[in-house]
Amino acid sequence: MVERPTIFTLAELKRFPGKSMIRFIECSGNGGRAYRLTTATAELTPQQTDGLTSTSEWTGVPLATLLREVGASPKARWLLAEGMDAAVMTRSVPIEMANDDALIAYGQNGEALRPEQGYPVRLMLPGVEGNASVKWLRRIEVADQPFMTREETSKYTDPLPDGTARMFSLVMDAKSLITEPSFPDKLEGHGWCEVRGLAWSGRGRITRVEVSTDGGNTWQNATLDEPVLPKCHTRFRLPWQWSGGEAVLMSRATDETGYVQPTTAELMKVRGPNTQYHFNNIRAWQVGADGVVRLVGGAA
Amino acid sequence: MTRATRCTLALALATTTALAAGTLARAQTPARYGLGRPATPDEIRARDIDVMPDGRGLPQGRGTVAEGAAVYAAKCASCHGANGEGASAERLVGRNDGDSFAFATNPKLVRTVGSYWPYASTLFDYTQRAMPFQRPGTLTPNETYGLVAYLLFQNGIVKEDAVMDQATLPKVVMPAHGKFVVDDRKGGRTVK
Repeated sequence: MVERPTIFTLAELKRFPGKSMIRFIECSGNGGRAYRLTTATAELTPQQTDGLTSTSEWTGVPLATLLREVGASPKARWLLAEGMDAAVMTRSVPIEMANDDALIAYGQNGEALRPEQGYPVRLMLPGVEGNASVKWLRRIEVADQPFMTREETSKYTDPLPDGTARMFSLVMDAKSLITEPSFPDKLEGHGWCEVRGLAWSGRGRITRVEVSTDGGNTWQNATLDEPVLPKCHTRFRLPWQWSGGEAVLMSRATDETGYVQPTTAELMKVRGPNTQYHFNNIRAWQVGADGVVRLVGGAA
Repeated sequence: MTRATRCTLALALATTTALAAGTLARAQTPARYGLGRPATPDEIRARDIDVMPDGRGLPQGRGTVAEGAAVYAAKCASCHGANGEGASAERLVGRNDGDSFAFATNPKLVRTVGSYWPYASTLFDYTQRAMPFQRPGTLTPNETYGLVAYLLFQNGIVKEDAVMDQATLPKVVMPAHGKFVVDDRKGGRTVK
């Protein structure tokens, strides 16, 4: 469904007008360990529960530019991105997403993509589950319907309590996480400290992060550090006076669509306990009277 | 051509465009940049290995359940178990009572080709591109058709005398077909 099937060298891709943008990428399985905790508390770090995400400056050529260059048909609805890894991994991408802010990325943080990040080029789909940003990209094919590859049927689908399963759940909903204090921190002494963390949404900018220090009974607006970029990790802060007693710290992000990060119970109600991806539920940290911080388990 | 020469050329074009438009604004975005070279039919054939649910992309060839069983024993059983029950690699064979699709709430359900995969085309596509694990991409079309026939038979989806080819494979209706819905999350207040 293209007028001119074309082969581009890396050098040729770099001659197109390029674009750099600072965006997060996150594995859609990130957070599974926190979602499924059955113990009251757990000695897990933010890295262990939610470390499969990062923000980089990505540089490349907009995919929309290449689709114009090859004359993609107006009837095109989906495209297939195919890697050159041993499994020649494939994912289908809606054409709207390809024409929005998708990049064929050749640079990351001011240098060429590293081999493990997809050299020479990878697809970069901002705000989308990381698996779809296919690394070591070798081919893009345009079609009128999705290809139904293994990674979008057998994997990366979300069974729902109504007995169906959601497919192409690509966008990562708003999420936040307190990174300080967290396990294995131990608060030393009463008085002022700062609650800090990260918030992000695959649908745009974070507009608000609220922090609770009493297990969700009351909430206060946290400060957002500039710049607040769309689809990008955003740091939040809230000064907090620890009285020395037990406290439960939580953060709740809102994005520019008005979406509010759900509690574990709210998310479990619509997804079920055995769901495999997209764990953006509120995390809670218990501060013990001895200052020891642990992840709170169960449906908070 | 050196990088410097290319830049000079691009600037010259930009100047011409600006003059023609009678403005000092930036050069308009051209419809095409004329980069890259045409892919030849042979190059496309060598890379275009995907198979779609309606059968588009299936190669010529055929395979039976018996042929697939032999290939499976030789190339797949060491990881997926003698009968697809799973070992170091995931379970491939098995159905749930009443073909239950309560995967969100029931962790005891088995997730297999027979219980969860909505399209037989995916089984062909993935097997030919990614299997066997040690030598992906080495199966012949006939071997892959046979493996698909064998695994569909093991899952109780086709009969023992089934033959898989370009005509029959797209007609297979998987038990999980129709269970999948496209993402309806759109942001906003509702948690879905």
